[in-house]
Amino acid sequence: MKHPLVKIEGVYKDYQLPKKYLFQKAPVFRALHGITLELNKGTSFGIVGESGCGKSTLARIVMALDKPTSGKVFFDGRDLFNMPARDLRHLRRNFQMVFQDPYGSLNPRKNILGIVAEPLDTLKEKLSFAQKKERVGQILAEVGLNSSDTDKFPHEFSGGQRQRIAIARALITRPALIVADESVSALDVSVQAQVLNLMMDLQEKYNLTYMFISHDLSVVEYVTDQIAVIYMGQIVEQGTTKVLFQNPIHPYTQTLLRAVPDVNPLNRKKKNKDIIPLFEKTKESCPFLDRCTRATKTCVKNAPELLGEEGHLVACFNAD
Amino acid sequence: MVLLQVQDLSVTLQTAHGPQEVISHINFSMNAGEKLGIVGESGCGKSITALALMSLLPPDSKINGKVILEGLDIATLNSREICSIRGNRIGIIFQEPMTALNPVKQIGAQVSESIYLHTKLNQKQALERVIELMDKVGLPVNRFPLNLYPHQLSGGQRQRVMIAMAIACNPDILIADEPTTALDVTVQEQILNLIRDLADSTGMALVMISHDLGVIAQTAENVMVMYTGNVVEMGSTVDVFQNMQHPYTHGLFSAIPHVGSSAQPGKKRLTSIPGQVPELHLRPNGCNFANRCPRASNICREKEPMATRVSDHHQVWCYHPLNREDKK
Amino acid sequence: MFKTLAELLRHGLKNWSFVIGGTISLLFFMVAFLSYFWTPYSVEDINISERLLKPSAEYLLGTDHFGRDILSMLIMGAKNSVIVAFVAIGIGIGCGVPLGLTAAAKKGWIDEFIMRFNDLTFAFPALISAIMITAILGPGSVNSIIAIGIFNIPVFARVTRGAALSIWKREFILAARSAGKGPFKISIEHILPNISSMLIVQATIQFALGILAEAGLSYLGLGTQPPMPSWGKMLNEAQTFMHFAPQLAIYPGAAIALTVLGLNLFGDGLRDVLDPKLRRSR
Repeated sequence: MKHPLVKIEGVYKDYQLPKKYLFQKAPVFRALHGITLELNKGTSFGIVGESGCGKSTLARIVMALDKPTSGKVFFDGRDLFNMPARDLRHLRRNFQMVFQDPYGSLNPRKNILGIVAEPLDTLKEKLSFAQKKERVGQILAEVGLNSSDTDKFPHEFSGGQRQRIAIARALITRPALIVADESVSALDVSVQAQVLNLMMDLQEKYNLTYMFISHDLSVVEYVTDQIAVIYMGQIVEQGTTKVLFQNPIHPYTQTLLRAVPDVNPLNRKKKNKDIIPLFEKTKESCPFLDRCTRATKTCVKNAPELLGEEGHLVACFNAD
Repeated sequence: MVLLQVQDLSVTLQTAHGPQEVISHINFSMNAGEKLGIVGESGCGKSITALALMSLLPPDSKINGKVILEGLDIATLNSREICSIRGNRIGIIFQEPMTALNPVKQIGAQVSESIYLHTKLNQKQALERVIELMDKVGLPVNRFPLNLYPHQLSGGQRQRVMIAMAIACNPDILIADEPTTALDVTVQEQILNLIRDLADSTGMALVMISHDLGVIAQTAENVMVMYTGNVVEMGSTVDVFQNMQHPYTHGLFSAIPHVGSSAQPGKKRLTSIPGQVPELHLRPNGCNFANRCPRASNICREKEPMATRVSDHHQVWCYHPLNREDKK
Repeated sequence: MFKTLAELLRHGLKNWSFVIGGTISLLFFMVAFLSYFWTPYSVEDINISERLLKPSAEYLLGTDHFGRDILSMLIMGAKNSVIVAFVAIGIGIGCGVPLGLTAAAKKGWIDEFIMRFNDLTFAFPALISAIMITAILGPGSVNSIIAIGIFNIPVFARVTRGAALSIWKREFILAARSAGKGPFKISIEHILPNISSMLIVQATIQFALGILAEAGLSYLGLGTQPPMPSWGKMLNEAQTFMHFAPQLAIYPGAAIALTVLGLNLFGDGLRDVLDPKLRRSR
């Protein structure tokens, strides 16, 4: 059996918070709690969660821009955090990232050629300037821009175009994996559609694997084959997109789906009743305890594990 | 009773490419307690419209037309007179609560600011009012003391503070400019419910500005669709969303992925509107949408369309509006 | 870069500080440059019979106590000030900017070390220490350049580090890191161009301070030595003649004041022009 392209095994990430007193040990914030995932080649995996849930932290760890406190990440079978720095640098051509902010992710002082060609510097084979320019021109055409725009600067482009430039930069080394961290969240609706279509076309053409991080459920549903829902650093539900949207089990997933405003004005939603927490949360409790309508005594004393059949895993004691 | 009448409103801003008309000949009216949604993408002028209503435009801008609030044309007021309108009769909530709140001022002080400006309440009465407001917006003082600073609150909580500030003096109109765009979806639901409930209970009129069609559908009873400074379609939300006539409105709808799409078979592809929104100084003649419109003809490129009445509560500005039969 | 230069001028010409300060500064530099080619008289022309003359057609600003043409002295003094201040900020930038970049890139104990070194240098009052250094090393242009330059280093290190730290947080740096670039290359290719405007503004301020420092040192006799004229030295020599020939002090004093004012105005205007432009280009 072929191994998955990306294997995330028991990744924990802790951050040190500022000390309250001089002689106190610095308190620790656990951003990621034992994340285990597998991404298969050619698929789109969605990571869904709200702000602060740890999805961007996960993205950075998968891109080896941050080290996990414990746990491993395997890319194509190789342990990313257990290899010499030089090897990692050369391996980077195989995974690239597209960021959220089309205005912040491009260096305003560099022209498009410099920006898009940057990942080429990490390739083992050194390319000449002419070769770089040609390759950049090709990639720009593929993402729907003019190959002659190489001399222009980011501020001469709109948000959607800049995101295309960011995609071009991510594609230029022909990576196998692209991590899209809220890549369309900052775009207008019609531009978002164009960029999503582009990404899906490119995936088909190059058999790309996407790790698609977003808080926008409708976008994730459209683009991904599998989804993991993250709440406070833990996966609470995971499965194929179709199954998860048809039959969301975890109370958090259900809350998220119910909260998306319906475009049909005749479907005025009934208000979610205000949640009165039934129990006090402790360190061992389920993280969703204070927002859950189905909480029971078990949920206070233990945090549920991610269990279920193949295709749909849930971390809940009271799964329907 | 007609509360607000906007007549032939146009705003010209100074840009790097010279003076540009960012909104052109906008007409609409609002009754007391009405909820109006303004929807459009970046650069359509929806935020400028909101700022124009409050006369908060940059000093080198020009405003033409009338903004009549209960008989008073506020566009003609001088800066001292308009101050008695802002915060008092019209309140506004902005998109980014962190930058819209003063980071070095306590939240209690910020909420009481407009109370002291526009009412004659003494300190004790003002404090009571602040406590009342904070309770109304879901930040009771026993859990959220008034001496907290904005950075000690979450995004949703800060937005609640902004709402408290905006409604402090019981304004006739509350303008919400993309109030939930920067918030998580579950927090968005809470904030939208809060705004709606407040509007219902106080009889305030609401102008909800958003690029999110879902937000507009769930909040506004009437809607205005804007594109590059023009209103392209306007009417009751039900009429416009169920029987959309303008190709741009239709394009927007088709471009958004809808929850439940994974249940549909077949290869997924979003219908995107070709091209992109033109920059202000590069707008084409005639209908601004013509160069991206699948239904455009010669007249579209020559002359801007006039309003066509679709029904009692529905107008569209298009030479080739969609009919029921045209739409799949 | 040229495209932005034209744009810079276009925005700059709308800003009063930029225009007035820029004109004065430009005048100053042109005069300094002029001295390489021509001065009305040589500054070494000592002509006692012509001493302390009032301004006339021959000597446009009159002569000093040695019969030297004051105008020529001012022109050469301008060149002297430019060279000293320029090389001094060269030292400041050349040493300070790499230190600041390294501190921001490496953080940790290297950052601490560099910043403590900075603090130490700041702890010494700059001008007095400059005096001490020149007193030890001996008077002269070169030593005053060194003395002034040393105190520019922590200024640039601190400004660079602060600006660099905020650029490190930007997303395109993360993109460069995911492309595999190391911190050294990132500092040169990405950080430096994005902090250049801050450095330029700081450089104009330090330049003005450098001129003042040079004048101060020369006034005390520790800076530029004869026969090269210096505005500060002119001030010193004018002291004795204050009662009956005050113009000997007024001319160099006004030159210093005007030049420093012009440079500061220009620096202010430049900051106004550079910052919102970058923001507007979003």
